[in-house]
Amino acid sequence: MAVLNEEQEMLRDMAREWATNESPVTEFRKVRASGEPEAFDRDAYSAMAEMGWAGIIIPEEHGGSDFGFMSVGLVVEELGKTLTASPLIATTLAASAIMLGGSDEQKAKWLPKLASGEAIATLAIDEGPHHDPQAIEASVSGGKLTGTKAFVAEAHGADLFVVAAKDGLYLVEKGDGVTLTTRRLTDQRSHADIAFDGAAADKLANGGDDLLDKVLDRARVLTAAEMLGMAQIVFDTTLAYLKQRVQFNQVLSSFQALQHRMADLFADLAQMRSAVEAGLQAVDSGAGVSRAAIVAKAEANRVLHTMSNEGIQLHGGIGMTDEYDIGLYLKRARVLEAAWGTRSYLKNRFATLGGY
Amino acid sequence: MATQLEPEARDSADVFREEVRQFIADKFPEELKGKSVSLSATEGPIKETDAQKAWREAMGERGWGTPTWPKEYGGGGLNRKQAAILNEELARAGAYNPIGGMGVMMFGPTLLEYGSEEQKQEHIPPICRGEIRWCQGYSEPNAGSDLANLQTMAEDKGDHYLVNGQKTWTSGGQWADKCFAIVRTDRSDKHKGISFLLIDMDSPGVEVRPITMISGTSPFCETFFTDVKVPKENLVGEEGQGWTIGKRLLQHERTNLSGAAPGGRAGASLADIAKKYGRTNQDGTLADPVLRDRIADFEIRWTSFLHTARRAVEESKAQGGVSEISSALKKLGTKLGQERAEMTIEIMGLQGLGWEGDNFSPVELQGVRAWLYGKATTIYGGSTEIQNNVIAKRVLGMLDHQ
Repeated sequence: MAVLNEEQEMLRDMAREWATNESPVTEFRKVRASGEPEAFDRDAYSAMAEMGWAGIIIPEEHGGSDFGFMSVGLVVEELGKTLTASPLIATTLAASAIMLGGSDEQKAKWLPKLASGEAIATLAIDEGPHHDPQAIEASVSGGKLTGTKAFVAEAHGADLFVVAAKDGLYLVEKGDGVTLTTRRLTDQRSHADIAFDGAAADKLANGGDDLLDKVLDRARVLTAAEMLGMAQIVFDTTLAYLKQRVQFNQVLSSFQALQHRMADLFADLAQMRSAVEAGLQAVDSGAGVSRAAIVAKAEANRVLHTMSNEGIQLHGGIGMTDEYDIGLYLKRARVLEAAWGTRSYLKNRFATLGGY
Repeated sequence: MATQLEPEARDSADVFREEVRQFIADKFPEELKGKSVSLSATEGPIKETDAQKAWREAMGERGWGTPTWPKEYGGGGLNRKQAAILNEELARAGAYNPIGGMGVMMFGPTLLEYGSEEQKQEHIPPICRGEIRWCQGYSEPNAGSDLANLQTMAEDKGDHYLVNGQKTWTSGGQWADKCFAIVRTDRSDKHKGISFLLIDMDSPGVEVRPITMISGTSPFCETFFTDVKVPKENLVGEEGQGWTIGKRLLQHERTNLSGAAPGGRAGASLADIAKKYGRTNQDGTLADPVLRDRIADFEIRWTSFLHTARRAVEESKAQGGVSEISSALKKLGTKLGQERAEMTIEIMGLQGLGWEGDNFSPVELQGVRAWLYGKATTIYGGSTEIQNNVIAKRVLGMLDHQ
């Protein structure tokens, strides 16, 4: 765990307590059972916004607390531990795009609403099943955006989309010219394909040519923070299971073959946490953000992938049942691994940034 | 411990920095700039030049080679902040710390904690002055990972112990003046029968034979003890306390070894080596896409390891104790170091496997030796398997499998 300041420790403790008491995995199961495509609990999100979580990165003048990415990362990690379904990450990332590229008017119009929870926003970047920001076809003409976006997370609850077009990022409000088609993925959260047909689009014109890259850096880091919480809980749960499950008249945790696998996972998890925290710190300091974001997401992908597989295997048959939570983490893990770059994509980009 | 002693009163960090600068200006010979020569644990003694001798003596006299050790035993008596300033100023001037070796890294801190007043007075000052080489008498042919199985016997003969047995992997044994050893004083109890003993290497009955490694070098020895008389005052702590003291010393060793994977750090990046030895595209990128992927994969994991090493230090400082992730550092760092060495020789092709000859560059030849010697890093200082046992039992609280 990174060394935190007092505010961050309070924030983390508050998030941990809330997630444990108010939003355990049983709450996600309720959302899942409801079958609503929106796939989150509005009351829970209101409670989160009331605690200030939706405005953690937003400047105080726009109703936020300006605590930065390390701070929101701590909250996201705690929510990841209990698989809390919410548009908190999506809204935070959309807010960061507006902060990086928006005009004063755009900031004044949207940031206070996002901070208060009155409005929900999300990124709509990719147009196919793979993360590929080089292949964007959506275009804007005369202030009207046309194109399709695929597998947009939290699309059902969103009032506002930050949409990537060929010539930059645009704000598009849900309404005329915006049509959603639900895509139900294995994690059973909100995802949708979106057809934009001449939808009114307002450009984020102040962010420079690399605005999209900057937003994607932040998306990678914050997604990795959710994955960190998941990996931590899969590890903790698996360790606890090995300590109580008895076979051959002894607890499984006494078998050295299993001990060494847990030691490997412990070391992997240590690396993942270091990489994710360094990514969050890089966004806040502004130094070496792109590389740090790749390292954070690539390590999160590597370790959570292994962790979720080992979690199932070490639980044995019981881990295959829907009644046990471990499988829910596996399904969410693969969706997040694909988001904003698989390891293949990220390694390619890392090499490109390194000039080889 | 030494570092917790009251620092010597000083007006401010700036005054101390000024003092260090003045000292370096007065004492550091210009001709040694950029040349680091310190007492090494695993290399033979070099013929000391007059300038090197003068610099070692100057640093030794101030105790600044062991900056945080207590002043009364010849250390610098500095607090951590002052020690950091000293390091910064040495680096700034292109100077180096000439005092090193196992005495500094492992034995000194342990003796300061467990030694008697007489022992500290006798042994610590020569370490601080860089005059005495120590070696480690721990492993035996049948006591490696199962170290407590050691059989070297120290028999009580009234005023002295009579030591018989064999140690192995004695780093720098052929050049050492003294040996800190764990020996058996009681056969009836595996752990409580072990004692911590200091043995003069020039005592009659001590015989040292260097072991040639697969890398062609001989940093380790076999050491034989035949009826070696060791005075009773060379017992550290109580009889039977050797396992506790010996383990404490290993903590110092592991802290020092975590990043010590030969070929794992310094030098050109893998990408630069690949560009030099392999084909590139017109835009300068690597022509082999699979190799490019593997290099990126390695560098990402290496970066997160470096973050982890840094985090372990920060956490340990903040919580005033050893961070629990420290236990994973050795196994992570040594494995990555080996992986890097393997990739380096692979990228160079057969040119990267040279044993000797003018048609290989010094870097190429050194790379081969480092690759081979690097295989030791996951074995010594507690093998990776032992580290896994330690993590499972002490950190994760899994039951003893035995």
